Amino acid sequence: MSIMVTHRTPNSTGFEAMIKSDSDASVLLRERVLAAIADQTSVDIVGNGSKAFYGRPTQGEPLSVTEHRGIINYEPTELVITARCGTRLADIEAVLAEHEQMLAFEPPHFGSDATLGGAVATGLSGPRRPYAGAVRDVVLGTKLLNGHGEILKFGGEVMKNVAGFDVSRLMVGALGTLGVVLDVSMKVLPQPEADITLIFAMTTDTALLQMNRWAGQNWPISAACFDGEAVRIRLSGAETAIAAAQLKLGGDMLPDNKAASFWADVREQRLGFFQGETTLWRLSLASATAQPNLPGTWFIDWGGALRWLKSDQPVETIFQAAHVRGGYACRFRSPLGGEFQPLSKGLWRLHRNIKLAFDPHGIFNVGRLYEGW
Amino acid sequence: MNYPEHPAEHIAHTVDKAVFLRQLSQFLKVENIVSAPEAMRPYDCDGMSAYQVLPWLVVLPETIEQAQEVLRLCHQHGVPVVARGAGTGLSGGALPVANGVLLSLAKFTRILAIDPDNRSARVQPGVRNLAISEAAAPFSLYYAPDPSSQIACTIGGNVAENAGGVHCLKYGLTVHNLLALKLLTVEGELITLGGAGLDCAGYDLLAVLTGSEGLLGVIVEITLKLLPLPETASTLLAVFADIEQAGEAVTAIIGAGLLPAGLEMMDNLAIRAAEAFVHAGYPVEAAALVLCEMDGMAEQVAADLAKAQAILLTNGATEVRLAQNEAGRKKFWAGRKSAFPAVGRLSPDYYCMDGTIPRRRLAEVLRGIAALSEEFGLAVANVFHAGDGNLHPLILYDANQPGELVRAEAFGSQILQLCVAAGGTITGEHGVGMEKINQMCVQFSSAELRQFHALKAAFDPCGLLNPGKAIPSLPRCAEYGALHVHHGHTPHPELDRF
Repeated sequence: MSIMVTHRTPNSTGFEAMIKSDSDASVLLRERVLAAIADQTSVDIVGNGSKAFYGRPTQGEPLSVTEHRGIINYEPTELVITARCGTRLADIEAVLAEHEQMLAFEPPHFGSDATLGGAVATGLSGPRRPYAGAVRDVVLGTKLLNGHGEILKFGGEVMKNVAGFDVSRLMVGALGTLGVVLDVSMKVLPQPEADITLIFAMTTDTALLQMNRWAGQNWPISAACFDGEAVRIRLSGAETAIAAAQLKLGGDMLPDNKAASFWADVREQRLGFFQGETTLWRLSLASATAQPNLPGTWFIDWGGALRWLKSDQPVETIFQAAHVRGGYACRFRSPLGGEFQPLSKGLWRLHRNIKLAFDPHGIFNVGRLYEGW
Repeated sequence: MNYPEHPAEHIAHTVDKAVFLRQLSQFLKVENIVSAPEAMRPYDCDGMSAYQVLPWLVVLPETIEQAQEVLRLCHQHGVPVVARGAGTGLSGGALPVANGVLLSLAKFTRILAIDPDNRSARVQPGVRNLAISEAAAPFSLYYAPDPSSQIACTIGGNVAENAGGVHCLKYGLTVHNLLALKLLTVEGELITLGGAGLDCAGYDLLAVLTGSEGLLGVIVEITLKLLPLPETASTLLAVFADIEQAGEAVTAIIGAGLLPAGLEMMDNLAIRAAEAFVHAGYPVEAAALVLCEMDGMAEQVAADLAKAQAILLTNGATEVRLAQNEAGRKKFWAGRKSAFPAVGRLSPDYYCMDGTIPRRRLAEVLRGIAALSEEFGLAVANVFHAGDGNLHPLILYDANQPGELVRAEAFGSQILQLCVAAGGTITGEHGVGMEKINQMCVQFSSAELRQFHALKAAFDPCGLLNPGKAIPSLPRCAEYGALHVHHGHTPHPELDRF
């Protein structure tokens, strides 16, 4: 039996090279925001555009953050990294890998130049999310440029911090509508010693049942998905633990070289399922929810908690199907553009108030999340 | 001691109490309205018992509809509202305001549903933390955050304070273990935040509400994540002759890629206090001890324990003990978990601090605390959630000795400023409440505080919910700053002093 062991060759050249290209553009970005306030214009905050497809269109002048980049602080033994928003995710991941650590939420890049700012603004997480947490779970602190043109610090670089409201986590998934997230401090985790991926052929109903049964037990699962024919689970941890789990769980093992690329393909939506022009819907549901009876094809991730649907059904039908199940949906990729599930009346009012609290002049990414603000 | 309100944080109203009581009695049972001073006495403080305030009125609604009516009435008349769970909080977050309604959630004690398939629990806010894990146990599930008060504290209070516990490093705080909340706004409107899935539409208001200390709304229902009970848990106890070495050993464990379920440290005074109290078999001569717990699948635990043991020994542990069985493991923890009451036996009173620091600064912060201890003439015992840098110095004092409480508070305040200066925070898990409201002025600038106030106003424009807690007014900071001028710079120079 062979078990894939992550090979690590520590070297510090990557980090050093990065420091040379670091730049702090916060003063310039602040000037741009102050000018927008004065001119009563709006801005569209952009990194390298890898997630431009996500969310609704916005009209403002592009405000590029790519010149605000670089890792500010990384303390492997504190499990914390702080970086500027324009830093490439790939650069952060490379530096972490030198110390056998990782961003445990496995951010989807959707392009080679994806930035940290985009990962935080979209709040999207990859296959490990149910087992190791989402972007919002690892964000410890932020430096924010708000709609008054003020640079503010919230949270910090420590794991536990309950001083003041959790503004840092509020920024995650806000799609830039509340301000420019200049710097982010995140908790990082050690890479597992080893991973294997097991395959089990089964039907959808059985897959949902089985993935949830496993999740309720002590297996070292770090990913679980279902493509309509087979469940694939990734086990991560000590080699002895993985070997023991494999022995008890059975299934067929995906060869090591295919396993790593498979999960990367799930994360980056490179599998065949994700190709084509049909609208891709993202449904967030309780993990054991029976598969909704909607026309289309499905890919299930997060052990059942994330359902991707390719379907031409109207937006109301999808939103209603998610709503009645206590979940939520969004139109993720579509020729029609992005669209998020409507908020309840009370939530809508709170959202409007919060937007005004951070961006009273309506400068940032107007309409990107919901129409009108 | 009676707690003095800050004039800038006072919410004035001129409502006639008799009229208000009559209106309350339209929808609340007589026994659920408390207005006699002697009957309200049990509500005059929380776990921060050095300060008391008798509320204007106490109400104990039994249903969401009744709580909505209470809020509508208070909102209509401009009466402040302080929500309260079990009152075990250590920062005075549930301290009443003298002209306000104390809204107790003590009647909301039902576990509404355990969903074993989706591994979640839907509960009312007055359910005790430990009761959730007890109810989930038949399904081999549990609720992970375990504040030391878990036998008594309620889940509503846990959410309001973003409570932690000894297993945060691996399992996170309350904010990492929530799925949904039902919230009553200050106007009495019922709003659901979050949902059945792992993420939800719009802003992450679950995160904003968690740890908001009752300033943004009243939580009336909570859906929590449950985790599988670990099949194995094993604990190491490592003995150190030098506390700095103990700190380095902890850093080495994290640096080696291990993620212990619990990683705790105690200093000599805390060790001796705990040993005298519960006879856990602790080494009373040790300068420090480290408890390191691994949990999960048996094979994983065995591998992790072996690694941790080797690291502890190479980093200067004079002895490493492995709990031989469950009873031994519980005994190791008994000393740590009883550290607060144990220290309480050494002294008539103690004052528990809650700073968090980057772990690598531990040695210098401990040296600073020792120097302050001499300066103030008060002993201090240190208990440390070492894995996540959360330090609990316990300052020993005697409230009956004139001036000692004030001295203990001044000492505590200096410790928190040390934590901020080391790149940490004034509170890791106990909350700001009224206790650390002045220190908020040290940690945040005027612009940051204004942003907090703007966010508060998005939920509660009139500031009726828990006034005078968590977020200081700018006039308060101007006054406090005037007393604490650093490096010749007066904080908040733009404000008038009065």
